[in-house]
Amino acid sequence: MTYLADVAALTRKDLRVELRAGDTLPAMLLFVLSTLVVFHFALPEGTGDDAAYGLLWVAIVFAALLGLARAWVPEQEHGVLDGLVLAPSDRSAIWLGKTLATLAFLAAAQVVALPAFILFFAPLDLTAIAGVLLADIGICAVGSLMAAMASAGRSRELLLPLLVLPLAIPLIVGGVGAAISPESERYLLLLALYDGVFAVLSWASFEYVVTEHSS
Amino acid sequence: MIRARDLEKRYGRRRVLTGVDLAVPAGGFAVVTGPNGSGKTTLLRVLAGLAAPTRGELEVHADRAQLGYLAHEPLVYRELTALENLDLFGRLYRVPERRERIGMLLERFGLWDARGSRVSTYSRGMTQRLALCRALLHDPALLLLDEPYSSLDEEGAELLDRELGALAGERTFVVTTHDAPRLHRLATVEVTLA
Repeated sequence: MTYLADVAALTRKDLRVELRAGDTLPAMLLFVLSTLVVFHFALPEGTGDDAAYGLLWVAIVFAALLGLARAWVPEQEHGVLDGLVLAPSDRSAIWLGKTLATLAFLAAAQVVALPAFILFFAPLDLTAIAGVLLADIGICAVGSLMAAMASAGRSRELLLPLLVLPLAIPLIVGGVGAAISPESERYLLLLALYDGVFAVLSWASFEYVVTEHSS
Repeated sequence: MIRARDLEKRYGRRRVLTGVDLAVPAGGFAVVTGPNGSGKTTLLRVLAGLAAPTRGELEVHADRAQLGYLAHEPLVYRELTALENLDLFGRLYRVPERRERIGMLLERFGLWDARGSRVSTYSRGMTQRLALCRALLHDPALLLLDEPYSSLDEEGAELLDRELGALAGERTFVVTTHDAPRLHRLATVEVTLA
């Protein structure tokens, strides 16, 4: 219970900081909407829906990267991450709190982006939306860990896509497959499996990312 | 409480801490001085467990719950208020009677009236006072303070003198400073880094 209370306090803190600073969510919303509008006019007439589903994933992945790039900025300002790491609570709670907050921002961006996609391009059935939700969990779980690693360096914006994009490929494959394949359940299963494995790996390895150990 | 022998810290080829020996018994008050770049901040980071020594032996008989750390940076969120920052850290440190403790510290450090304002609106001195509140919040047994007088006005500095005077002997301190004479009366161990 104490662990969950720590996670809740850390998530609440991230939401509060974002509500006040407004650094991340407006940028994600603007990006995802403008990307869909540009694709709407860029795609030649007669292009099939399958191509449009692929473009949706371009918008989702890069909007997530935008959010992840800013995810640890409040902790970098004033060196707060050191303060969190020194607290006697379980350090994985810091990762889980950040993952949940990033997931909330990404979901909020998609509340606008998915209707816009339906309006501009093609319908989304429940399986496709389930694919998006499952992929969101995976990208936020892995992305929060990678963003913590990247935030230690100076080239955060450059390093983050290099770390996240290769790991996001199975999510894109699963997300697109869930939307267009007749065997969409298999793709949903792939996404759920990915989420489970990578969430546990990220949860277990966060402590080693944010602390130094003697060699 | 702290025993360090021949501590060394390197970042790549750059050596930032060389051959430091330090022994501070429980209740001791160590004052660490030295010119800029001599490794004072790195020494405190190593003692706090935020950085691992490259060489040497280190024993710190205090776990994270017993450690209070004041860094160069204030370690508080700019977009949260003083009250929200201390409440968050109070939860993470499992501070009993958290609200009362936070209220008492904010009163004592002259921040009660500004408790509902965001830290981003604070002056540097107010932020340093809040950082001191955060470091003292859980009543730690070992306090590692990096330039605690930095940015404090004379009133703030006198307030800190009184706090340190009241806690000296009951708590263990390692304090880095450029103003060693100010802490001379409290010091039981003095170390100068080259």
